[in-house]
Amino acid sequence: MAKEKTFFDKLKAWPLLLPVVALILVMAVNIIYDAANGNNPFSFFTITLQNTTANGTVLYGRIIDILNRGSEAAILAIGMTLVVSSSAGTDISVGSVMSLAASVCCVTLAGYGVSSTTELAHPLALGLLAGVAVGCLCGAFNGFLVAHLKIQPMVATLILFTAARSIGLLVCNDLIVYVRNPQFGFFGSFMGPIPTPIIITAICVAVTALVLSKTALGTYIQSVGINAKASRIAGLNSKTIIFMTYLLCGLFAGIAGIINGSRITSADSNNIGLYMELDAILAVALGGNSLGGGKFNLAGSIIGAYTIQAITTTLYALGVSSAQAPVYKAVIVIIIVAIQAPPVKAYFRKRSAAKAALAKEV
Amino acid sequence: MEKDVVLEARGITMTFPGVKALDNVQLTLRRGEIHALMGENGAGKSTLIKCLTGINDFESGEIHIDGIDGPVKNHSTRDAQNVGISTVYQEVNLCPNLSVAENLFIGREPLTAIHTIDRASYNKRSQKIMDDLGISVDVTQNLENYSLAIQQMVAIARAVDMDCKVLILDEPTSSLDDEEVEKLFVLMKSLREKGVAIVFVTHFLEQVYAVCDRITVLRNGTFVGEYPVEELPRVKLVAAMMGKDLDDLAAIEKETVDIKNAEVVIDANGLAHTGTVKPFDLKIHKGEVIGVGGLLGSGRSELARSIYGADKANTGTLKVKGQEVKINQPIDAMNLGMGMLPDDRKAEGIIGDLSIRENIILAVQAKRGTFKPIPMKKQEELADYYIDLLSIKCPGREARINQLSGGNQQKVILARWLATDADFLILDEPTRGIDVGTKSEIQKLVVDLAKQGKSIMFISSEISEMLRTCNRMVIMRDGEKVNELSGEDELTQDGVMAAIAGGEKVNG
Repeated sequence: MAKEKTFFDKLKAWPLLLPVVALILVMAVNIIYDAANGNNPFSFFTITLQNTTANGTVLYGRIIDILNRGSEAAILAIGMTLVVSSSAGTDISVGSVMSLAASVCCVTLAGYGVSSTTELAHPLALGLLAGVAVGCLCGAFNGFLVAHLKIQPMVATLILFTAARSIGLLVCNDLIVYVRNPQFGFFGSFMGPIPTPIIITAICVAVTALVLSKTALGTYIQSVGINAKASRIAGLNSKTIIFMTYLLCGLFAGIAGIINGSRITSADSNNIGLYMELDAILAVALGGNSLGGGKFNLAGSIIGAYTIQAITTTLYALGVSSAQAPVYKAVIVIIIVAIQAPPVKAYFRKRSAAKAALAKEV
Repeated sequence: MEKDVVLEARGITMTFPGVKALDNVQLTLRRGEIHALMGENGAGKSTLIKCLTGINDFESGEIHIDGIDGPVKNHSTRDAQNVGISTVYQEVNLCPNLSVAENLFIGREPLTAIHTIDRASYNKRSQKIMDDLGISVDVTQNLENYSLAIQQMVAIARAVDMDCKVLILDEPTSSLDDEEVEKLFVLMKSLREKGVAIVFVTHFLEQVYAVCDRITVLRNGTFVGEYPVEELPRVKLVAAMMGKDLDDLAAIEKETVDIKNAEVVIDANGLAHTGTVKPFDLKIHKGEVIGVGGLLGSGRSELARSIYGADKANTGTLKVKGQEVKINQPIDAMNLGMGMLPDDRKAEGIIGDLSIRENIILAVQAKRGTFKPIPMKKQEELADYYIDLLSIKCPGREARINQLSGGNQQKVILARWLATDADFLILDEPTRGIDVGTKSEIQKLVVDLAKQGKSIMFISSEISEMLRTCNRMVIMRDGEKVNELSGEDELTQDGVMAAIAGGEKVNG
C-alpha cells in the first residue's frame, strides 16, 4: 500500500472534482456553440472594458455577468450549506426573507408610505442595518423553532416562506417602494470597474471561510449534524450550534436581499428572491454535499451556485427564452446530480478497479 | 462438499483501503451445529460475515452452499436470505418506530386477497412467534418501547422465522443479561436440533463453552484453525486468538485506597432523575475505582448519567470537590473535570463520518470553546499519541471512524476522554464487544488511572472484571441504589450476585 499517489489518484480523491467538472462542462458547451457559429470560440471567457454612461468604465463579459448575477445564490448557498450540515434540513424561507429584508431596507430609506424617492429619509447605514437585522431576526426565529422546539426544518421554515413576503408587503403598504438614489444603487451596480455584488460575495465567502478555519465551528457543525446525541455527551451544545447556523442563514438572506433590492433600486416584494431558496438548495446539492447533513464542503456549494447561473446565462446566450430555460436547466441538473449519485459513483469505481486488476494480470 | 456441510467458504480475500481485512480465510458449517467464530477486534470476523451476507464484495474466494450448484456470490442481504443465510448483527438494525410485528415482517408482509397488508394475520402470527420463543411482548407496541435486550430478541426472532439454513449471530449476547442469554441459548439449541447451522460470534469465552460444538479462529484477517470445542480449552483458545500465551488475566494489582483520608471528589445527596433513578447518596473519593453493578435496566447507567448531566437530575444536590454545583448538560460536568464514555457506542459515542483525529479531539475542543481551536499539529500529535497508546488498528488518523471495527471505535472514544484529562471518568461498559486482550489492557489502564489520582466509575455487565478493578461497588436494582460493597470479604462473585439478586445468597 506504500505506493506513491499519482497526480491522477489525488485528483480522483479531490472532493471538488465533480462540481468543477460540471462547471467546465457548461463552459465547454459555450465554446462549442460559439465555434459552431463562427464566433471567437473563447468569447465566453473574453472580458473587456466598456464605457457606460451610468457607471463609467466597467468590466464586461459573460464570466463577469455570471459572477455578478450569481452573487445572491452564492451568498444564500453559504448559509444553506451550514443549515443543511447541522440539521439535515433545508431553510426554504431564504427567498422570502430576502424580499422582506429588501422591503424593510427600502422603507427605512424612503420613509413609510412613500412610493418613490430620490432622497434618503434616513442615513444609508440605518437602512442597511435594518435589512440585515430583519434577516437575522428571521434566521433566529427559524433557528428557535428547529433547535429548541425541535420542529422539522422544512415545516419550521415553511412559516416564513409563506409569511415573510406578505410581511414585506405590509411594511411597504402594498406599494413597490422605489429608492432611486445612487448611494443605495451602489450595492447592485459597480465599485470602480467591478460589479459590487461580486465584491460583497467575495467578502462573505472569505469571512465565513476564515471563521470556519480559525475556530472549531466547522467541526462542531458537522459533528452535530452527524450525531447530535454523541456530540452532546462530548460537550457540545447542539441546540446553540443549530440555532447559530439558522441565524447565519438569515443574515446571508438579508445581505442577498439588499443586493437584489439595490440592483432594481426598489423593494418589489412579489419578485425579489422568488424561487431563490430552490437555487440555494440546488447549489448545495450540486456542490457534492449530502442533504442528509454532516460533512460539508463550502467551496463546492459556491461553485454549485455559479454553475446554476452559468447554465442560465448560457441558455440565454443560446437564444433560449427565459420562459423555456427551466426545462433545459432541469435536464442539465439531472445529469450533474446523477453523476454524483452514490450508485453511479460506485459503478465507475468498480469499473476502474476492474481495469486496474486487468492491467495487473497483463 | 463433504456430507452434512451446509456452507463452505474457501480462500476468501478482501481488502479495505489500506488494510487487508481478510486473507485466504475459510469457514465450514455443518448441519445442526453451533459454530463459534472467534478472534480479536479487527481479526476479520465481522468482515467475513459481511462477505457471507452480501454486504461486502470479496475479491477472491468461493462460497458453496448445500443444494446450490456452483459458487454463490451474494450482492445483498436479500440474496443471502434467498439462499438461506440470515443474520442478527451486533447493533440492533430494526426500526424503533414500527411495531414489533411490523419489524418481524418488514419486506415480507403477508397480504390479503386484494394485496393489502393483512394486519390481523401478521399480528397473530407475530404473537405466536414471540410466545413460542418465550419472549413476553405485545407485538402491536412500538419496538422502541422495549429494552435493547428485547429488541435484540426480536431481531433474532425475525431471522429465525425466515427459514434459514445458516443463522449468523454477531455478538447477540453483548447487550443481554444472564437470564436472557440463557433463554437465547435454549433457543439456539432447539434450532440446532432442527438442523440449522449457527455461526456464533461473541467475546464471552464462557458462552462459547456453554453452547458451541466447533470453533473457527481468525487472527489479523487470516485463518488460524478450526477445532472441535473439546480439543481447544480456554487457554489455548486465547493463545490462538492472540498468537501468544496469555499469562493471567486476573493479574492486575489494585491500589488500596485509604477512603477515610482521601479527598471526596463527588458527593451526591438525594440525586434523582424521575422515571429512571430514585434518589441516591453517593460519595466517590480521589483515586478510587467504584463499580456499579446490577442487571440491565436496573438504573446503573442512569445513575451515572444523572451525575454527568446526560439526564439532568431533577432533585437532590451534587458537590464536586466540596463545592455545590448545578449541572444542566454534559459540558457543565466536563468543565468540572468529568468525562463519560456512554454504553451505546453507535448512538452516543462515535461521530461516524468524522475522522479518528476529529473524534479524539472533540471533547478537548468542546472544553476549550469554539474560539480556541486546537492547532492542527497538536491535533495530529494527540491522535497519533492515542492511536499508539491504545494500539488502535487503523489505516491512519484521517480514516473515518466508521471504517474501524467495533472494538477499535471503542478505543477511539476512550481516547477522546483520556485526552480531556478528566479527574472523574465514568466508563459505561467500556469493554463491551472488545476482545480478551484489549479487555485486560483497558482494565489495567483503569487501575493505572486510579493510581495517578483519578477517580473512575466502572459500569459493566461482567462482575468478574469489576471485581478485578474496583475498590468498592454500588449495587442497583429497579432504579434504586440498594447496596454498597467494599473490602475483600464483600467483593466476591457470590457476594455481588447475592446483592444484585437481593435476598438469599446465590451459588455462583
